[in-house]
Amino acid sequence: MAAYFDHNATTPLDPRVLQAMLPYMQQATNASSRHSFGRHARQAVESAREQVALAVGAHPTQVLFTSGGTEADNLAIQGLAAALKPSPALNQIVVSAVEHPAVMKTAQMLRRQGWQLRVAAVDANGLLDMDDFRIALQTPTALISVMLANNETGVIQDVATLAGLAKSQKIPFHTDAVQCLGKMALDFASLNAGGVQAMSLSAHKIGGPQGMGALVFDKRLDIRPLQYGGGQEKGLRGGSENVAAIVGFGAACELLGLDKQGSANTGSDSAENINELRVTLEAGIHALGGVIFGEHGPRLNNTSFFAFPEVDGETLVMALDRANFAVASGSACSSDSTDPSPVLLAMGVDAKLAQGAVRVSLGKGNSMQEVLEFLQVLQGQLVRMKQFMAMAA
Amino acid sequence: MTVKTPIYLDYSATTPVDKRVAEVMIPYLTEMYGNPASRSHSFGWEADDAVENAREQVAALVNCDPKEIVWTSGATESDNLAIKGAANFYSGKGKHIITVQTEHKAVMDPFRELERQGFEATYLEPETNGLVTLEKFKAAIRPDTILASVMLVNNEIGVIQDISGIGAICREHGIIFHVDAAQATGKVEIDLEKLPVDLMSFSAHKTYGPKGIGALYVRRKPRVRLEAQMHGGGHERGMRSGTLATHQIVGMGEAFRIAKEEMELENARIRRLRDRLLAGLKDIEEVYVNGDLKQRVPHNLNISFNYVEGESLIMAVKDIAVSSGSACTSASLEPSYVLRALGRSDELAHSSIRFSIGRYTTEEEIDYTIALMKSKITKLRELSPLWEMYKEGIDISKVEWAAH
Amino acid sequence: MAYSDKVLDHYENPRNVGSLDKADTHVGTGMVGAPACGDVMKLQIRVNDDGVIEDAKFKTYGCGSAIASSSLVTEWLKGKSLDQAMTIKNSDIAEELALPPVKIHCSVLAEDAIKAAIADLKQKQAA
Ligand SMILES: Cc1ncc(COP(=O)(O)O)c(C=O)c1O
Ligand SMILES: Cc1ncc(COP(=O)(O)O)c(C=O)c1O
Repeated sequence: MAAYFDHNATTPLDPRVLQAMLPYMQQATNASSRHSFGRHARQAVESAREQVALAVGAHPTQVLFTSGGTEADNLAIQGLAAALKPSPALNQIVVSAVEHPAVMKTAQMLRRQGWQLRVAAVDANGLLDMDDFRIALQTPTALISVMLANNETGVIQDVATLAGLAKSQKIPFHTDAVQCLGKMALDFASLNAGGVQAMSLSAHKIGGPQGMGALVFDKRLDIRPLQYGGGQEKGLRGGSENVAAIVGFGAACELLGLDKQGSANTGSDSAENINELRVTLEAGIHALGGVIFGEHGPRLNNTSFFAFPEVDGETLVMALDRANFAVASGSACSSDSTDPSPVLLAMGVDAKLAQGAVRVSLGKGNSMQEVLEFLQVLQGQLVRMKQFMAMAA
Repeated sequence: MTVKTPIYLDYSATTPVDKRVAEVMIPYLTEMYGNPASRSHSFGWEADDAVENAREQVAALVNCDPKEIVWTSGATESDNLAIKGAANFYSGKGKHIITVQTEHKAVMDPFRELERQGFEATYLEPETNGLVTLEKFKAAIRPDTILASVMLVNNEIGVIQDISGIGAICREHGIIFHVDAAQATGKVEIDLEKLPVDLMSFSAHKTYGPKGIGALYVRRKPRVRLEAQMHGGGHERGMRSGTLATHQIVGMGEAFRIAKEEMELENARIRRLRDRLLAGLKDIEEVYVNGDLKQRVPHNLNISFNYVEGESLIMAVKDIAVSSGSACTSASLEPSYVLRALGRSDELAHSSIRFSIGRYTTEEEIDYTIALMKSKITKLRELSPLWEMYKEGIDISKVEWAAH
Repeated sequence: MAYSDKVLDHYENPRNVGSLDKADTHVGTGMVGAPACGDVMKLQIRVNDDGVIEDAKFKTYGCGSAIASSSLVTEWLKGKSLDQAMTIKNSDIAEELALPPVKIHCSVLAEDAIKAAIADLKQKQAA
């Protein structure tokens, strides 16, 4: 039996979510059609919107469905930039150095349209350097995007403080919360009150389907569409609604709440379980001489990003896969390349050590036994690899 | 006669997912749930294999190289990516772009956006049969024309444009040619090896696949370049970032595989049904078929019933699920711009119904529909002051109506 | 679009569909709207010598709400004096039928039709 330790890349679909989706997977349900088939689909879309809104403390009208977290990030950043147009007086965009490529690449693309990109530095723990952020904001800024929790390290930024600074200067603030949903408390109403005006979500990170996400945003923001045609989502996102996936996202969001309630009742908080698993995992990693990145910052309790000095990460990951442990080397999206993780480099990690980075991201269904077995296998592999290297040397 | 109502005759808005398609999708939701971009474990690899297999299936239906297929979230995104992506990339060569007044909003709206960005657009008026002539197309070309977009099959009236002819003209003039084929897959033969087309949009949910997935064909020889619209992890060779929805992609692949296999037989059967429907309706007084009847997919019949109003008509026929105008514009009460572009009066445009027939339509359903239409049209005309005037010999178009 | 039960009832079973003799001096005809706008209402009333509306008929080309609005006013008009008829407001119609905001114009049209029919009658009787 394989152990799946790559929940930050994607999560298994919850069987209850599948049950919710199935009726919509086979029907002819164009939510924009006016006949009974269409109206039925429309209702399903709207109740899913309520479920998502409820899970993140937003109003349903603030929830806009997209094809995923990447589109939500692009819509927020390109859509806000398009409404503003760069001018000599106001042409700076600020993002953090550890953003997901969906934010970073989009911001870089905007440079070609005349925007100045200011990348705010992070410290060794992966947390934004407040002084550098303040300096950045001394230049008039059109828009800021700082992620809430990092997909590789799990480090949680102090978005409330950052957004507070933005708010005092009336700068639109977007946060990529894709990795946060289901892993930490998320309340858009209070974030919004503190200055966060838009927030990206993705369904497949919480037991929902791939290809579905949402941008949650303050309706006072002027956002231009990314995709035109058909007038869906109040004209902000054309294209026939992906009804089954929307229903799946809604169901997954509702389950987040239900499962939390359920575990509170039985006294076995699942979040605490995952915490325990990681404590054990990281104790083991330390014992084996590993370095854990961002260890001293506030982190999501499911994520552990680590490396062993002198051990090649790719080889280790392959070996772990052969032993049936699915882990990641760097972020899934960029794992096509073998460059060291830009997130780690931004944290000042030595490139050679960064090259060896392995990410374990735990989730529903992982057990203590899996973690213990994993540590055993890890130890065996490390010994073997060191022997090989000694032989080669 | 036992038919189950409502009868679905809105296959052009969306199709149900074929059971065979749903069956191949489900394992990718339950067991093989990996992220195809994960390169470090077998969950990722098996998802990636499935994605590449589906890419081959889609490429096979339209006879192109799988490497020329880029996954998107649907034809709307494909159209946006093709049109904005190509116009922006080639804007150094010129700023003029051409399309047709009867295109889907997913093409029209990106054109309008490009106009806002400083491009100049020509919207060709089709002939009254809905077709664009090669002469008219040629006449619209300017030295600075960089891009043209003409759909293969129209979503409202089902007419088939002369893509091969228009494409040849584009080649001659070095113009990038995009074709929206969302309504064409499984209905007409598409051979991209022969067709002079540079970019082509597809959607799964018009061909018995799932919603929320589509593809864009991007020609490699000669190579067509695009500016990406969605940035991120660099998926799809940088042309479209975002985690691929494996189950959706697998569904689209299977749907297109089935389409390739069954198209010929299915179209013959659907043509018989459409002809039966037409035969049953054409004897009603004052009905007009919209769009050319020959150069048309057999799945579509769009008819205007003069002197009855469109919305009350839809209400009267609620036992059948049909569209008046396109599904996407149904929220507004505007008469169909497609029919207006054909020169139809507002009244005839308002009173049009699009019947679109598909894989699961039966002869009984067609007969039921004919009987229903006949009785409801009679009833609504009894209610219609315009019908009364027509019967009295008054020419409605000459009446001066008070503006309101 | 979800229609109220009352709209559906009038739409399924429209009351007083038909035509009265336009030439009759006791008959007033109001025709409002335009085919291009998607609604045309023809409303006719016949008054007796006491000025009381004895009969009302309609024909409507338009959506379900337009049909229901005109059907409803034919019911309301019967037995009313012309002055009373003039007091029927579109908001009364919209309220009775629970019309959604996008359909309010149907009730406006029905009110206009009443006014037009009365004006036509008065013009005829003055002549
Ligand atoms: C932080 C973060 N943002 C954005 C994304 C992109 O979301 P999606 O996979 O839904 O496109 C991901 C996941 O890959 C992510 O981890
Ligand atoms: C011709 C045409 N193009 C594009 C689209 C949009 O496709 P999708 O719903 O996949 O975004 C449609 C369907 O609505 C269509 O009929």
